[in-house]
Amino acid sequence: MSRRYDSRTTIFSPEGRLYQVEYALEAISHAGTALGILAQDGIVLAAERKVTSKLLEQDTSAEKLYILNDNMICAVAGMTADANILINYARQAAQRYLLTYNEDIPCEQLVRRLCDLKQGYTQHGGLRPFGVSFIYAGWDPQRQFQLYQSNPSGNYGGWKATSVGANNASAQSLLKQDYKEECDLKEACGLAVKVLSKTMDSTKLSSEKIEFATVGRTKSGKIYHHLWGADEIDALLKEHGLAKAEDTERDEL
Amino acid sequence: MEVLLGITGKDFTIIAASKAAMRGATILKASDDKTRALNPHTLMAFSGEAGDTVQFAEFIQANVQLYSMRNGMELSPAATANFVRGELARALRSRRPYTVNLILGGYDTITDKPTLYWIDYLASCAPVPYAAHGYAQYYCLSLLDKHHHPDISFDQGMKILRMCTEELKRRLPIDFKGVIVKVITKDGIREQEYEDDVKVVVP
Repeated sequence: MSRRYDSRTTIFSPEGRLYQVEYALEAISHAGTALGILAQDGIVLAAERKVTSKLLEQDTSAEKLYILNDNMICAVAGMTADANILINYARQAAQRYLLTYNEDIPCEQLVRRLCDLKQGYTQHGGLRPFGVSFIYAGWDPQRQFQLYQSNPSGNYGGWKATSVGANNASAQSLLKQDYKEECDLKEACGLAVKVLSKTMDSTKLSSEKIEFATVGRTKSGKIYHHLWGADEIDALLKEHGLAKAEDTERDEL
Repeated sequence: MEVLLGITGKDFTIIAASKAAMRGATILKASDDKTRALNPHTLMAFSGEAGDTVQFAEFIQANVQLYSMRNGMELSPAATANFVRGELARALRSRRPYTVNLILGGYDTITDKPTLYWIDYLASCAPVPYAAHGYAQYYCLSLLDKHHHPDISFDQGMKILRMCTEELKRRLPIDFKGVIVKVITKDGIREQEYEDDVKVVVP
């Protein structure tokens, strides 16, 4: 019976649900975990990179963390191909705003632009909704550091700490337990690796399996965003005793 | 012979615009208001081709208000100036450009600073501490050069404005019927009482 309503994104089922949107959400809950934590002096985004095969060339560049703007970055959970379309759209929207107003687009406005596009695919017929959830980290002069999350339905919200993807329920409860409102960026990074280490399948982490990015403020007051290199991630893991030991790594291979 | 003046100070921006609506050499009205409030902290004063001025000003006003409604926040004076400049530049390259000169006064509530932008019909735009358009430039800029200082008080600002309008009365060949004066502070835009019938001694 539900088949009749499954194939149409724009049609409600008799229970008042949109199946295609729910399926999209389901697809995301199998994707690698991504999380974001808001600190006093910055934001950290972290994501799990699923290693599919040892033979696959490990891309050194980020595949789950993207720069949207001079003052905004995002983490992706879901279909990377869909995400690329949305990220391209967001970058264009941000630059268009910069061109008209000579000012960076306020974070919430950029999030809303993307969500308007996502929403469109749940209402205008014939097409599949975008199978991606985002976590956005950004800064604007009006509301300082901000963390947002959005999903395929086009809903979005502001958070202090949040997660999407596989095991996001357990990640969320860990964050709820350990999040401190007055934490600084360094503490937030520590919390991020701790949560990731507990929600990921493998017990020991390495820079191949996770990605890290931060938005913060330099000593001179300038806002920066930074996608971490492998050595920085390894240093952080070592600091928190979560790094994979050199010899066990050999054994696994 | 329209007069537009703008002066910034420590925590305010003063905008003055002549009250005469003219057509050729004829004065049609002596209580014209050549300003439009774009949002609670930005005021635009305009002069130029008769129909163009109000049309353009109200077009900008509508767009800035639309922005406030859509986004639940005010467009900053700097962003507004750039938007206005962009629209003028676009019109300039169309079949019939707007012939409008503007002064955009505002108060930036985020940085807590008064702002003033000088924009002309060729879409040049510059942030300035004080500004004048039209013939007023010839008489007032020298006065402002001499007496203006970035952190003058409001009373000092009004004193300098009085010097400017007196000089204009003394030197400008056509009566511009005095000025409307508006002030932008962190509390918003207000109209300032301004005496226009002070006798000016002509040498």
